[in-house]
Amino acid sequence: MSPRRGEELMVPRATFSSYYGRPVVKKPVWKELDIAGYLFTGGIAAGSALLAGGAELTGRRHLRRVTRLSSMAALGVSGAALVHDLGRPERFYNMLRVFKPTSPMSVGSWLLSAFAVPTALGFVDEVPGLVPPPLRGLVRRTSPLASVGGAVLGSGVATYTAVLLSDTAVPSWNAAYPELPFVFAGSALSGAAGLALVLAPRAEAGPARRLAFLGAALELSASQRIEHRLGLVGEPYKRHPSGRKMKLAKAMTLSGVVASTLLSRRSRTAAVVSGAALFAASALTRFAIFEAGVTSTQDPAYTVVPQRERAEQRDRG
Amino acid sequence: MRRLSGVEPQVAADAGYTDAPPRMGFFTDTSICIGCKACEVACKEWNAVPDDGYELLGMSFDNTGMLGANSWRHVAFIEQSKPVGCQDAGLAGLPTGAPASERVGQQVADVMAQVDPGALGTDTGAQKVEEAAEALPPVPDEGDPRRDLRWLMSSDVCKHCTHAGCLDVCPTGALFRTEFGTVVVQEDVCNGCGYCVPACPYGVIDKRPDDGRVWKCTLCYDRISDGLQPACAKACPTESIQYGPLDELRERARGRVDQLVEAGVTQARLYGDSPDDGVGGAGAFFLLLDEPEVYGFPPDPVVPTRDLVSMWKHAGAAAGLFLGLGIAAFTGRRR
Repeated sequence: MSPRRGEELMVPRATFSSYYGRPVVKKPVWKELDIAGYLFTGGIAAGSALLAGGAELTGRRHLRRVTRLSSMAALGVSGAALVHDLGRPERFYNMLRVFKPTSPMSVGSWLLSAFAVPTALGFVDEVPGLVPPPLRGLVRRTSPLASVGGAVLGSGVATYTAVLLSDTAVPSWNAAYPELPFVFAGSALSGAAGLALVLAPRAEAGPARRLAFLGAALELSASQRIEHRLGLVGEPYKRHPSGRKMKLAKAMTLSGVVASTLLSRRSRTAAVVSGAALFAASALTRFAIFEAGVTSTQDPAYTVVPQRERAEQRDRG
Repeated sequence: MRRLSGVEPQVAADAGYTDAPPRMGFFTDTSICIGCKACEVACKEWNAVPDDGYELLGMSFDNTGMLGANSWRHVAFIEQSKPVGCQDAGLAGLPTGAPASERVGQQVADVMAQVDPGALGTDTGAQKVEEAAEALPPVPDEGDPRRDLRWLMSSDVCKHCTHAGCLDVCPTGALFRTEFGTVVVQEDVCNGCGYCVPACPYGVIDKRPDDGRVWKCTLCYDRISDGLQPACAKACPTESIQYGPLDELRERARGRVDQLVEAGVTQARLYGDSPDDGVGGAGAFFLLLDEPEVYGFPPDPVVPTRDLVSMWKHAGAAAGLFLGLGIAAFTGRRR
């Protein structure tokens, strides 16, 4: 009954009806620190696993060591965050009660569980003290397989989370489904590469530097496309607190990647600073995207206006 | 694999039932709803649904606000300066002022925009606009006097969709399709992941914060299994809420629209009855007298899973690129 207009708008908004300005769809009940945090740490775990796989195959032992340790740490934080977010954490194992291809969360639970195997193997290979001596040889021999397996499964871990968000009625997540996996893949690559730049010795950091560049380029171009293509439901990526966070994340990614590409070869300090910027930017990107979705559920315009336009277009034939 | 969208005539059979009973559902004819809220009360009583706070929302006779974990029926209330068919509202000759409903609605919407809308999603009763509304200036008495008046009342409920977003995305199997084609949560399985909450295009299902699990209308699975009507339909004094086999309800609803249009209520239309809509048709559908969004319904809801295959294809391409860029980073020239 009551048309409502936002502050200053980039996309002119048609007058629309709503029930006392109330939202139509529910706000996600996920806790931001847990779930946006998981999007970030899951990406770091996956990107680090990719670097570990490459380091294994190209004989970069220091790089392999730091990326395997990072991957395990990030995976540990991921798992804790996911269980913590549940309304009934003691029932977390119900996630593996069934396998449901229609549920990205079910697919993701299985994927993450599978990913944990090579990640843990790689970890204990780096910290042999954790393994009983008779098994150390076995762990060592499976190491290359674990590294490659971790990288392959990691490609799924880094991207399925985009489907997880998009397969909802949250307007700004759902509409961004063609681009979101590319943003997430890019963010995972640049964030993990940033972390490797901080931790790895300069002599072995070449691939991390290149991966930071490639990942950042992917992430920035895909998020640019979201903002240009989406129209009204793209607004939360550009405006509101979520949009400001998105802008800051992009600025940090850009400056981090420029610095790491130009300076990190010569200076260890530059590598650490630019790597840390990329790492933080990856986190900020995930929080911004999470918040953009939440914002889009709170104003009924984001639900009603696009649906009304679609319905009218169909009626016109 | 079962269909993710489109027309699906055998909902229960598609979910694996053999010899399933006919699909059951609700037809809510809002043209005869009197806003008594007996449905809300009966639902709470029968299903032992906890209270959602005794709040006055300050916007209308509706103090429930919206559906949620503790509100499985919600009666919307809207006042408009529009006529109902050929009815005479009896306002001529009365000392009526200018119609205020539009403006009051706008004021409530403005207040809603100021207070934290985040409280809305998890606790339907938590949104108190009355304090903020009290601070508003009174509606000025200007303009043409009111000539028309109608009240729209509509009892909202879970749509028990043919293609249900909540059910599709549930990772534990807690949500399931019953033999009646309805969608029900098993509270002993739900681990409170909350995925179903944003997956519902109607904003129906929600999490109880103190309980951690999600809850919604079961279409009184226990009662209908024993051949009884759901509590809300049983309690409805005007038969605005009708329960029965979906096919019969759809036919009856079409007849009712024709009857209303003939009587001059040309705005009468069905919402959620069509098996080829974005959710494959709702198991609970409505006869409305205005656009769906006026009642708080999405005008063209689509089950998010409709695009799931395309979503996975895009994710697959991104995963391939993820690996490809990794290979490129390691095979690039040494610098």
